[in-house]
Amino acid sequence: MINDFAFKIATVNGTGSASANGLLMSAIYRMGIPVSGKNVFPSNIQGLPTWYEIRVSKDGYTARPAHIDLVVALNPATYAKDVAAVRPGGWLLYDSSWPLDRALRRDDITILGVPFGTLCVEAFAGDRERTLMRNIAYTGALVALLDIDMDIVSEMIREQFAKKRALLDSNFRALHLGYDYTKKHYECPLPIRLERMNATRDKVLMDGNTAAALGCLYAGATVGAWYPITPATSLMEAFSGFCKRYRVDPETKQNNYCILQAEDELAAAGITIGAGWAGARSFTSTAGPGISLMGEFIGLAYYTEIPGVFFDIQRTGPSTGMPTRTQQADLLSIAYLSHGDTKHIALFPSSPGECFYMAVTAFDLSERFQTPVFVVSDLDIGMNDWMVPRLTWDDGYRPDRGKVLDAEALEKVQRFSRYLDVDGDGIAARSLPGVHAKGAYFVRGSGHDKHAAYTEDAAEYQEVVDRLARKLKTAEEALPAPEIHQRKGMPSSVGLVALGGTHAAMLEACDALARDGIDVDYMRIKAFPFGGAVRQFLDSHETLFVVEQNRDAQLRSLLAIETGLPRDRMTALLDYGGLPLTADFVTAEVARHLEVRVA
Amino acid sequence: MTSIQKPPVRHPSLQVNALGLTRRDYEGAMSTLCAGCGHDSVTAAIVQAFYELDVPPHRAAKMSGIGCSSKTTAYFMRQSHGFNSVHGRMPSVASGANAANRDLVYIGISGDGDSLSIGLGQLCHAIRRNVDMLYVLENNGVYGLTKGQFSASADVGSKSKRGEANVQRPIDPVLLALSLGATFVARGFSGDKTRLVPMLKAGLRHKGFALIDVISPCVSFNDHEGSTKSYRFTRENYHDVAPVDFVPLQREITAETEAGASVSVTMHDGSIVRFREVPSDYDPTDRDAAYAHVRARQERGEIVTGLLYIDEQSADMHETANTVARPLVDLPYESLCPGRAALDELMDEYR
Repeated sequence: MINDFAFKIATVNGTGSASANGLLMSAIYRMGIPVSGKNVFPSNIQGLPTWYEIRVSKDGYTARPAHIDLVVALNPATYAKDVAAVRPGGWLLYDSSWPLDRALRRDDITILGVPFGTLCVEAFAGDRERTLMRNIAYTGALVALLDIDMDIVSEMIREQFAKKRALLDSNFRALHLGYDYTKKHYECPLPIRLERMNATRDKVLMDGNTAAALGCLYAGATVGAWYPITPATSLMEAFSGFCKRYRVDPETKQNNYCILQAEDELAAAGITIGAGWAGARSFTSTAGPGISLMGEFIGLAYYTEIPGVFFDIQRTGPSTGMPTRTQQADLLSIAYLSHGDTKHIALFPSSPGECFYMAVTAFDLSERFQTPVFVVSDLDIGMNDWMVPRLTWDDGYRPDRGKVLDAEALEKVQRFSRYLDVDGDGIAARSLPGVHAKGAYFVRGSGHDKHAAYTEDAAEYQEVVDRLARKLKTAEEALPAPEIHQRKGMPSSVGLVALGGTHAAMLEACDALARDGIDVDYMRIKAFPFGGAVRQFLDSHETLFVVEQNRDAQLRSLLAIETGLPRDRMTALLDYGGLPLTADFVTAEVARHLEVRVA
Repeated sequence: MTSIQKPPVRHPSLQVNALGLTRRDYEGAMSTLCAGCGHDSVTAAIVQAFYELDVPPHRAAKMSGIGCSSKTTAYFMRQSHGFNSVHGRMPSVASGANAANRDLVYIGISGDGDSLSIGLGQLCHAIRRNVDMLYVLENNGVYGLTKGQFSASADVGSKSKRGEANVQRPIDPVLLALSLGATFVARGFSGDKTRLVPMLKAGLRHKGFALIDVISPCVSFNDHEGSTKSYRFTRENYHDVAPVDFVPLQREITAETEAGASVSVTMHDGSIVRFREVPSDYDPTDRDAAYAHVRARQERGEIVTGLLYIDEQSADMHETANTVARPLVDLPYESLCPGRAALDELMDEYR
């Protein structure tokens, strides 16, 4: 039980518990122990129940835990739910300032009460401070119970409040209130406890939206347009923060970027496209409802061949759905977003680290193929802190601007035809406004021929849309190839397919299945449209499971549409309640379908 | 069709501007609008304005949405980049383009449907953003391409071609823009090119969002008896508040105007807008007075035209955003990427 357990903290949102939970995560991380945290929060500002799940795994598993060893119950409103969440044989730490209903008590768990509320009322003055310090008090109790390194916690508090002397003292007092009481009344540490490791040295704790924003910064994006929406807001806010730090001209103190908060997602898409047309690397970040609104503009960008990067931080739909819960349910709508025949490039990062690199790739692909590119993340990746390898950068990187004719090249051409496929790859050269009179052409969402002239002629119209299809075909093989995991030299007839943020759970499930004697191959798809490697994996596996987080098996549908493989060749394993996937779900479902009893 | 394909030969007697270009060099494709359409007159005025301002055609960007008016961007300046976007959403595309390249001259052409119905939100927010562009709203009170439905600018009681009277109150783009804080608000009439051209020139030189509402009658669906957007009705009821002269920076004014009071406003680039014969109760730099004037005349059934309000002091989108003077598209990648060492240092903060 050392360095291998999970605990969950139940609080009320808006009471300052988030920073205490972050502190706990970081402290464990600084002890060199692999850790992951999942914030299960309400779509609300203050007063509703919220949970934070922390998993510690010496083996480096970071997926959401299926079982909770210890629940820290600080919200009387959810006591019933929280007591029930403890695994048999586990522990419950609750705030004994409020009595725990006898009926809720369980015989199969250990119940520890610490009067955090009363302790803080006695030690501090004023409601606000008492509420805030209660969080640090439970942190102190956990330091004692789990054997978290007190020096590290103290150092972090000192870092955080270095400039706020009064707060620093309060925090230390609160920390020791919880720590001392727990030490005095209970046997510490619990059997579930921590021991220093050295497994996080090359890693960082980062959320995907921050990483994606960094990717945009490094890719050279200069125009960002957005409309606030959970869970995508923090992406543009992070970009804004990085820009203030790295993109202010040292001499003039003026900005080498322009971020526009638009009136809605339609305008955010329009700004992105306008800037892309003018030649800037531009992007927007949004979630499902924004994607729905952007549909018309996406069709325009596809048809007129204008680059732009669109981050979709997926949340639970349909409609407003559950804005603070995760899902992978925008796959079908993104693949063919907008009316008419359209198809779009989409990248599926599986972690914050990949959000960074794929953001850069997205800009390159978007300019190279002159088409909108979607980076399809989700709330779990975007807003939770993940432990990922330190991000690195190759200073030799230069943006792939694609086929752009400069003034010199335009001067030489006889006649510039915007949509003429010279190279046979479906990609026509573009010109940027203001560069040269010969490069001037008319962008129109209406029917156009290869010279960009208006047309209602069937053959001329088809020539252009057929080339667009060819262009997307060319793109297939330029997109990130799927990642295939196979047991050493042991190809299996069972293939698992997934994409995005479920990767950590999938890897863990593969290991667990192997331990139970079920060897499976696993393919993580990284991009749409699918290339040949995806088809090959499907063809070479007799039994296929498509694991995804939506009700209607959208990935399976896309695979069937795009590869022609019959839907019934693939079994969909669907988890769509809004929480990050657990490995247990996958192992249990696979075993059930294979009719194998899992130990 | 109102114009014919003309041979590309230049007559030696044609006058040239400072760039050595003739007026013809500012023309575009042949118009496909109905003969007599007010929009074609606006197009001609735009050609004249750009020609007289010596704007290199390829340094201008023509933005539009969807509708008869939006089609006209194809009918002027064939050597300019054009962007015919989606219905009602041109302002956002223009904002994005301007964010990326602030050095181009942006002209947006829209109509009353495009601007006041489907695109009302975008128009309002482009005004709020004060994006540097000239926005020409070719206003005919009717949906032409779908054959004659009332638009949001149709006056109460104005009759459709089929004889039905409009009952919903109109949205007046001028009053709207004034109330939203627009920094340049004007109204013109397509049938009065003499007054429209200097207005367009001033609008193009204005630093910020310049709105010109141009009453531009639809000969096919809204030029009949009973319509308040017909040529006849407009001619009989429009009153120019004060004629303006646009004096570019390089041509300094030498003589004062003969009659009437004159008000001069110096524009951001040093050009001057001079209002002639300004009524004693009117001040084109006073937003509230301008609003009150337009409202009062409207109550009397008059259509007030002219450069109604001008504010050369307010910050435009880039000034507000504190963007560098150099267009973002021209910044070298090396100046945008913090590089490996910075990333390495930053990573230490995520531990």
